[in-house]
Amino acid sequence: MSGDPRPVGEDDLHGLIDGRLEPERQALVEAWLAGNPARAAEVSTDRGLRERLRARLAPIAEEAIPARLRVANIRSRHLYPGARWFPMAAAAVLCLALGGAGGWVGHAMHGVPAAVAEAPATQDAVAAFRTFVVEAVHPVEVRADEKPHLVTWLSKRLGHAVAAPDLSAQGFRLMGGRLLPAGTEPAAMLMYDDDRGTRLTLYSRVGDGDGRTLFRFAREGDIAAFSWVDGGMSYVVTGRTDEARLLTVAQAVDAHVRGLAPDRQQP
Amino acid sequence: MDDIASLIEPQIPALRRYAVALLRDREAADDLVQDTLERALSAWSGRRRDGDLRAWLFTIERNLFLAAVRRRGRRGADLGAEALEQVPDPSADPGAALGARDVLSGLDTLPEEQRSVLLLVAVEDLSYAEAAQVLGVPLGTVMSRLSRARTRMRGFLETGRTGLLRRVK
Repeated sequence: MSGDPRPVGEDDLHGLIDGRLEPERQALVEAWLAGNPARAAEVSTDRGLRERLRARLAPIAEEAIPARLRVANIRSRHLYPGARWFPMAAAAVLCLALGGAGGWVGHAMHGVPAAVAEAPATQDAVAAFRTFVVEAVHPVEVRADEKPHLVTWLSKRLGHAVAAPDLSAQGFRLMGGRLLPAGTEPAAMLMYDDDRGTRLTLYSRVGDGDGRTLFRFAREGDIAAFSWVDGGMSYVVTGRTDEARLLTVAQAVDAHVRGLAPDRQQP
Repeated sequence: MDDIASLIEPQIPALRRYAVALLRDREAADDLVQDTLERALSAWSGRRRDGDLRAWLFTIERNLFLAAVRRRGRRGADLGAEALEQVPDPSADPGAALGARDVLSGLDTLPEEQRSVLLLVAVEDLSYAEAAQVLGVPLGTVMSRLSRARTRMRGFLETGRTGLLRRVK
């Protein structure tokens, strides 16, 4: 007792019930309770309650994990939250609601709140897509056969390494790219197409923040777009294609960018 | 990738247990867990490496739950904060609560913030600090909510009056 002069308080009683006290403190609290039968009775009830609650809920945790909740199955469905409006809307509400709360949400989940912020880059990317994807004669400014020059030039103008990933595994070839105005800053747009002439664009520009966000899905008519921010750049993949295929492209670009980011090397 | 699965899957039983205790509906609970896992997978690279994985998953799960509650509140009549405090109570049955004294019925009489503290601490074995992270509140708030939750549960278990009072009010 002499080692710990702090008086026994409410927190100690919870600590005792939940088994969170150091042995020395626990002995002290138990000794105190011996002289306080009313509180001792409450603690006893609380302990019983804790055990009943645990016992009542234990069977759920002992069940096998249902197939639909297996990580491999969830992953294979491509159901990233960004691809579904509902959870994202929910997250937006939550961010508003918890805006003042800070703490854990702001820190540990920093990717989540940022993902639901409005993404003007997406609007610009979709507008650029509409303008240039129908262009038969000059869809790009610099063609893919000058890829090293294209990448160097765009990277230099943006002041940041521009990614021109190989998307052949997804069935797309690089056609080339161009520089676009984006407010006071430049943006880079690369265009790809597949064997059937389906075109998609990868739009990138320097964005604010060094964080990383989720993929955010947006649709405007028959045009679909995935956008995200990573390492100080905003990326938007846009195309007239189904969501699942576009997502594989976004994932491939993301993987490429993340391989590129640490040393800022030119591809 | 398998690495992620091997880290996340051991947490799924606890995520289901917490979801069932919150929602009291097995289907809805698994929907919530599924949403939680999807969110966790896509936010995986953004999570804090030194943070506790379990606490992070519970944070996502509870935030999704709260968002769903708010959405439901907004869709219906203007229910306000009092509704949020009581929702969800889909299986509200004062008679059953008085008769069987199911400890889960007692849980239903608690406001969500007290219910979550009690579940995370007493059932899921989160430390008080981890519970504070999940709930996004200071440690002192966790302790005072825990205290109110236990007082209320004692009242319910001893007399059932907690549930009655809430309904009469």
